[in-house]
Amino acid sequence: MSPPQPILYCRCAYAKVVPADVKDGVLERLACSDVAFDSVADLCEMSAKQDPALERFAKQPGLRIAACYPRAVKWLFSAAGHPLPEGQAEVVNMRTLSADQAAACLIEGAPVPQIDAEGSSEKPPTGDGA
Amino acid sequence: MVSTSQSVQRVILYEGNGSQPVEPQERYATMRALLDRGYSVGAVRPGGRLEDQGHRELVVLGRFGGTPPTIDSHDAEVRLHLRDITGLAPGAVVEIVEGLCDDTGAGAADGWKPWFPVIDFDRCTNCMQCLSFCLFDVYGVSGEGKIQVQNQTNCKTDCPACSRVCPEVAILFPKYKAGPINGDAISDDDLRREAMKVDISSLLGGDIYAMLRDRSEKAKSRFSKERDDDRALKERQRCLKKLKDGMGDLEIPAEVLSSLPSADEIQLKARQAAQRAKEALAKNAANNPAN
Ligand code: SF4
Ligand code: SF4
Repeated sequence: MSPPQPILYCRCAYAKVVPADVKDGVLERLACSDVAFDSVADLCEMSAKQDPALERFAKQPGLRIAACYPRAVKWLFSAAGHPLPEGQAEVVNMRTLSADQAAACLIEGAPVPQIDAEGSSEKPPTGDGA
Repeated sequence: MVSTSQSVQRVILYEGNGSQPVEPQERYATMRALLDRGYSVGAVRPGGRLEDQGHRELVVLGRFGGTPPTIDSHDAEVRLHLRDITGLAPGAVVEIVEGLCDDTGAGAADGWKPWFPVIDFDRCTNCMQCLSFCLFDVYGVSGEGKIQVQNQTNCKTDCPACSRVCPEVAILFPKYKAGPINGDAISDDDLRREAMKVDISSLLGGDIYAMLRDRSEKAKSRFSKERDDDRALKERQRCLKKLKDGMGDLEIPAEVLSSLPSADEIQLKARQAAQRAKEALAKNAANNPAN
């Protein structure tokens, strides 16, 4: 099965804020599927180092990013000088979703649920080129 | 910024033409091991091609047998390092990559936990409070007079202090445990709290740096008298708890307190930071008289 959009997985390698079972579960499902994907050790580190790969990721239309809160991801790209174009990228939040939910968004192209701390829905935030 | 981008390498787990597919569980275990050691990994699946990643050093891992892959790149200086990983356990693959990074000088993790403030410019009003508050030169001002995070590595790990002084809830620490500092949606409660927080110094009844310094000095003198390591540790924890209680949820870690500069240095730093903020605001006001 080919993926509906390019995929980027962030391991958040230097902190324990993303539940281990979720980040392991998502990586395992991605690695055991047929989809091509990119993975990075830590988007925070890449942002601070202005890693050139961020520019390439930001330019991919329809990119789905498995990471943490959409607001954090948006401004990490922006801080590196490569803002996510408005409406072009969606963030799959592994801090709030289960591995199954996150993997369904990434691999099957299911709509990305936006769940905040209280579990209610919110408007999906995206990059705005700031 | 932290380091030059040219020194950063990238790893590709390659299963395209010229390489055999990797077993799914092996793919997962190998990628996981590399990621946990700080290496970013692209997965090129059967039929896929090597693409320019914008990095000078590209480590390509595969089960090579046929014609080795090449890369379409405009940059003649991209260097491919092809390594056969047939039959290798994830740990052995990590060793290969680490060895290559030593050889090329393109390292992965340098031991720095990426902890630094990230500004939400949808909210920031450029008031410069963060610039005047931070003693460690983390913040600066861009050529256009805009607040900027300039020295990320100067930030004190696990300390989210400046996010508490921002009147607009515009400072994020993505690795912080709780919202809205971690980037979670901002609730009405958060906004109400901010509206009440006129000025952190007045909330604390005076100069925050003077208070921190005072606490730090007291803690230091108590530790120096302490002989028993275990008791000293307990005392340190007790001081931290007291400090936390006294300062609401500022949550400044003990390490930050003990690394605070001397009283004179603090005053000098605070004056310099405030001056930089004042100059930037004055310059902005002169450039935008209408605001
Ligand atoms: S304190 Fe907040 S609003 Fe003011 S300049 Fe800093 S980030 Fe922007
Ligand atoms: S957390 Fe502390 S050291 Fe880091 S930028 Fe804020 S005030 Fe400065």
